[in-house]
Amino acid sequence: MTKSATHTGAQLIWECLTREGVTTVFGYPGGAILPAYDAMVGFDIRHVLVRHEQSAVHMADGYARASGRVGVVVATSGPGATNLVTGLATAMMDSTPLVAITGQVGSGVLGTDAFQEVDITGITLPVTKHNYLVTRAADIVPALREAFAVAKSGRPGPVLVDITKDAQQGRADLDWEAAEPIRHLRHLPPPLDPEALARALELIRHAKRPLILAGHGIQLSGARAEVLTLAERADIPFALTLLGLGAVPATHPLSLGMMGMHGEAWVNKAIQEADLLLALGMRFDDRVTGKLKEYAPHAKKIHIDIDASELGKNVPVDVAIAGDLLTVLRALLPGVQVADRSKWLKQIRGWRGDSAVRDIKNLPDDGHLYAAHVMHDLWRLTDGKAVVVTDVGQHQMWEAQYYHHDAERSLITSGGAGTMGFALPAAIGAKVARPEAEVWVVAGDGGFQMTFAELMTAVQEGVKVNIAVINNGFLGMVRQWQELFYEGRYAATPILSPDFVKLAGAFGIHGQRVDTRADLAGAVGAARGEQGTALIEFRVEQEDSVYPMVPAGAALHEMIRRPSASAIAETGSDPV
Amino acid sequence: MPHVLVVYTDDEPGVLTRVASLFRRRGFNIHSLTVGPTERSRQSRMTIVVDAEESTVRLAVEHLRKQVNVLEVQQLGDRPKVVRDLALIRVAAGLEVRSEILQLAQVFRANVVDIAGDSLAIECTGGPDKIDALVDALRPFGILELGRTGAVAMARGPRASPEVRPERVPEPASNQAMSV
Repeated sequence: MTKSATHTGAQLIWECLTREGVTTVFGYPGGAILPAYDAMVGFDIRHVLVRHEQSAVHMADGYARASGRVGVVVATSGPGATNLVTGLATAMMDSTPLVAITGQVGSGVLGTDAFQEVDITGITLPVTKHNYLVTRAADIVPALREAFAVAKSGRPGPVLVDITKDAQQGRADLDWEAAEPIRHLRHLPPPLDPEALARALELIRHAKRPLILAGHGIQLSGARAEVLTLAERADIPFALTLLGLGAVPATHPLSLGMMGMHGEAWVNKAIQEADLLLALGMRFDDRVTGKLKEYAPHAKKIHIDIDASELGKNVPVDVAIAGDLLTVLRALLPGVQVADRSKWLKQIRGWRGDSAVRDIKNLPDDGHLYAAHVMHDLWRLTDGKAVVVTDVGQHQMWEAQYYHHDAERSLITSGGAGTMGFALPAAIGAKVARPEAEVWVVAGDGGFQMTFAELMTAVQEGVKVNIAVINNGFLGMVRQWQELFYEGRYAATPILSPDFVKLAGAFGIHGQRVDTRADLAGAVGAARGEQGTALIEFRVEQEDSVYPMVPAGAALHEMIRRPSASAIAETGSDPV
Repeated sequence: MPHVLVVYTDDEPGVLTRVASLFRRRGFNIHSLTVGPTERSRQSRMTIVVDAEESTVRLAVEHLRKQVNVLEVQQLGDRPKVVRDLALIRVAAGLEVRSEILQLAQVFRANVVDIAGDSLAIECTGGPDKIDALVDALRPFGILELGRTGAVAMARGPRASPEVRPERVPEPASNQAMSV
């Protein structure tokens, strides 16, 4: 605090970020964060200037999900800070480690409705793991160090640090050691209970029809190899949550595909018929369970999750183990016996048959372009190796059904929050994190229009992403619900779009329109060949729906199936 | 059924808001919440009485344990415990009933803390049931003002060893695995 102190608060922010290993931040400057921006110039950190602060959080989110590192956001006070809220809620729901730094008005005028003052720690309290209001330069390093520790420990999540302008302008010494965070260690999972492990092993040993429910926690914990060992040794098939896609390979012989509302019919049937569910790093979201009372009625349930408050929240379980999945599986695996469950696997394959024969790839091209075609062909043309970042809605479900993700961190999507507008900014963040990866945006015409201003960010930053806009002229998923549950009254779902090719031109990027399946491969090839960001507008069938579908509140086996006369298949889960 | 939780937190601005906000947004019904200083410096101790099913209370406890500012959560449950509430009751007390009220107060070991022209203020400490009973007994005379602190609770017997974990333990395996 004294004049002779080594650093300004603003310098301490960047010093701290540098020491935390941060190389890139996503942000937007403004009055209350100006001292921090001024000090940034002296540090070797890349700043990505966004067009809206919400996109900055999505970019940091995509960055974190693609790389496993902590994403960092910088914004100013007031509207700059409130624009972060949707992004923080998105990251909170999907357990993404983020640190958001906001400027705040001077501590002397806090609480007086000063220009661009909002109580952002109050506003973001329910959508962050923790947050801080820092009013002194000396408190900046302890707060930021703890913020990083909290963001990545336990179940990861976003943390916000609000720093007043005078704290940025004030001076303090850098005492890195004294600022070592410890409070996040208060709530580490308790030591594993050997009795619970023994009961879990007992249930696995005796199960005739077991099923692994593979969730996002597998990637967060780095437990892919252990999950596969468990599945292979005990011959247990696995079904995946939306965020679990890619956690274990889609083309693995024991992989069944996605579960839940738009999951594969045979997967949901397998859940309903199973006698044991092994839930690994997933949280029995309502989109996964359907009607709770009739969920997996014959199954014993083992639930392993690092967040103890998820255990028994939605589904009563027989064995609940709170812990890091990797640690728990390493403790379990020595007791897991080799087993043969070919009878059960054969039964599931039988259920699969009736849908798989209508697989999309066996169907003749009738001249219509379906979104499912686009996903399927995109998967083949990219050898299934792209990082795909999806928006929210029908295209998101089609992507999940038809693009088979083998690699971890290869699907980035807003699952829990269902945030439209997520895809483009999150993809830019993913590409910044992994420049060597081929990154595709898959977005609907609705969601893309929410954040397409970020095209200019991609151009300014020289970031190349490929964009597939699935244009059906509707807010498609809502339209589908209106068709199925609101007697076809399309209230406010028809949506006009700009000429996307001209739009691309205005941003100085490559743009192309595709109306038929025959033109698809050429357009994808051209986009991939472009040096910079490229956009393809796919004009797809307008009133197509995602099947199968478990209506909200219905039991998993009460699926609405695609009308059989339809031109395209129910699913295309059978990889080539 | 009311469940009693004892929660140790950092004594920092905003901690009460965090706890109250958590209970509100998760739909846990708070019957009473008291907070004050404790035997440890820079820490606060809350007694929270929750009206909920056992399973709901367990979730509330787990959510509390995720808060950075929370050091320890005790779920007193069926354990033997002391639960105390303090009430200040101003009751109408004309001369003709004053001695009757004083007798009642004596039965409840309550103290008269103020005497006005036509009323008495009574202070009573005890379990919530005892206070309820005193309030019921005084009601016919006319209760003019009633204030209660809400419960403060403590388990009977030796102090359970604090749940606070060692302040330095290795990072969990997950964090190493986080980086790709």
